[in-house]
Amino acid sequence: MQLAEILSSLFPAGHEIRESGGLVTGTGRLDPNNRIDVVGICGKTYPGVDEAVALAGHILKVAARPDRAPLLLLVDSGSQRMSRRDELLGLSETLAHLAKALWHADRAGHRTVGLLYGGSAAGAFIATALACGSLVALPSAWPEVMDLPSMARITKLPIDLLKEKAATTPVFAPGLDNLFATGAIVEIWDPREPLSGQLAALLARPASDDPRAQLGAQRGGRLKAAAIAAEVERLSLAHG
Amino acid sequence: MIRQSWYEQSARGRLANLLDPGSFSEFLGPERREMSPHLALFDLPRQFDDGIIIGTGSIEGHKVLCAAQEGRFMGGAIGEIHGAKLTGLLHAACRLQRDVVIAFDTGGVRLQEANAGELAISEMIRALLEARAEGVRVVGLLGGRAGCYGGGSLIAGCCSALVISEQGRLSVSGPEVIETNKGVEEFDSRDRALVWRTMGGKHRYLIGAADIFVDDDVAAFRLAAIEALRVPAVLDQSVLAGEQARLELRLRRFGDAADGIDVWAKLGVARPAELPELDIDAFHATANACREGADAAR
Repeated sequence: MQLAEILSSLFPAGHEIRESGGLVTGTGRLDPNNRIDVVGICGKTYPGVDEAVALAGHILKVAARPDRAPLLLLVDSGSQRMSRRDELLGLSETLAHLAKALWHADRAGHRTVGLLYGGSAAGAFIATALACGSLVALPSAWPEVMDLPSMARITKLPIDLLKEKAATTPVFAPGLDNLFATGAIVEIWDPREPLSGQLAALLARPASDDPRAQLGAQRGGRLKAAAIAAEVERLSLAHG
Repeated sequence: MIRQSWYEQSARGRLANLLDPGSFSEFLGPERREMSPHLALFDLPRQFDDGIIIGTGSIEGHKVLCAAQEGRFMGGAIGEIHGAKLTGLLHAACRLQRDVVIAFDTGGVRLQEANAGELAISEMIRALLEARAEGVRVVGLLGGRAGCYGGGSLIAGCCSALVISEQGRLSVSGPEVIETNKGVEEFDSRDRALVWRTMGGKHRYLIGAADIFVDDDVAAFRLAAIEALRVPAVLDQSVLAGEQARLELRLRRFGDAADGIDVWAKLGVARPAELPELDIDAFHATANACREGADAAR
């Protein structure tokens, strides 16, 4: 689905959403009484320091408002921008700040929902989609930690071997189904049904503490994480 | 006393020097053999602690939860077990309201288990921020041989205070990754001086990306941790608004700088090209007169 189709399916009661320089900001209405704030990164944009700080600034303004309107983050990005300038200016700090801003908005009562409808990768994925309280995806989404050719270069493993393993091993292979299995994505929406109803249904369910490790165990994509984290917590508390 | 390099130490050696003697208790240590369930698929060796040591101890009597990544095992890369150990520790820190010290030494996500590692980093960040919302300090120590790259650098960016040595490198994409993707004209990864000027400890301290600059010395890291654990740390709307203003100012001041030297000149360093050669006392004297501090806006 294209961004325009997604917006009209999400907001049948209308929206005022602008796109500029790969960033999306504005508001939409699920129905006449329910306003949703919208931010996003679109067009496979690679966020660098400028984009991260601009997005975080917008999110913090929403977080500071006393109402409790939800915040929807639309994501179709590349990985973080790879450049000398971005690293010189502290890209790690700005991406961490963006993740903090999303966490803070959620905590301040503006429930954060990420909608991954295109790509996202590596540090950009962590600081955007994965930093939302709930992450959903459309079937068109293509999340990845790193593409297989780059992975082959860094791990010094042959690309054919990686392709062969990718077919049977969800834990490292790119793509929506593999990320879904680890618990990263709470649900995949049906593009043939109105997205407004699917968003309303998600918002009607109470938010919970981070459920992703449990989801990963239930779905079989990440069998050990939940148990290990729980065991460490138990040992720490027992030690006092 | 003979100086002992932090950079050269193992993860276990760093914790032994950081904590009060005899105070350390390890959780899920090597005897539990919680190894990566994924590396065997690639015929790669595993390690009994999956490259991270976690536990509890004290630093000058101050009880802390602590973690140290082992940069010599797969570059300190974060996989499912490694990540879950740190996430569990951060959950406990929130429940106990106990401060945390993390000795970073990581290239980021472990690619052989990339999806599990990526998600583990996101879970760690959320757990870390939840702990910080309770007033827990999370102090990051940056001076390991693998640096602090990729998702590891985002976790560091969420800490309440960062201690760094000249050898500490903090960045998302490492030099080789930038060169591979964008070409040697963008970044020559073999140019070590360029690496230090772009992501090294001195530069990070000068722009306020780190709070305390120390020698590559285990005793200096311990003293800095003691200092960082004395500073109150909160994370709320005003801190984040402060961080937003601080980062916007940084982009306005230095956004058109082509090199670290240009940033340092704009800061007011009189002879910026000589800065990499300064010893720690001369560097502190120069840097402290003009650096951008984070002033708790972190």
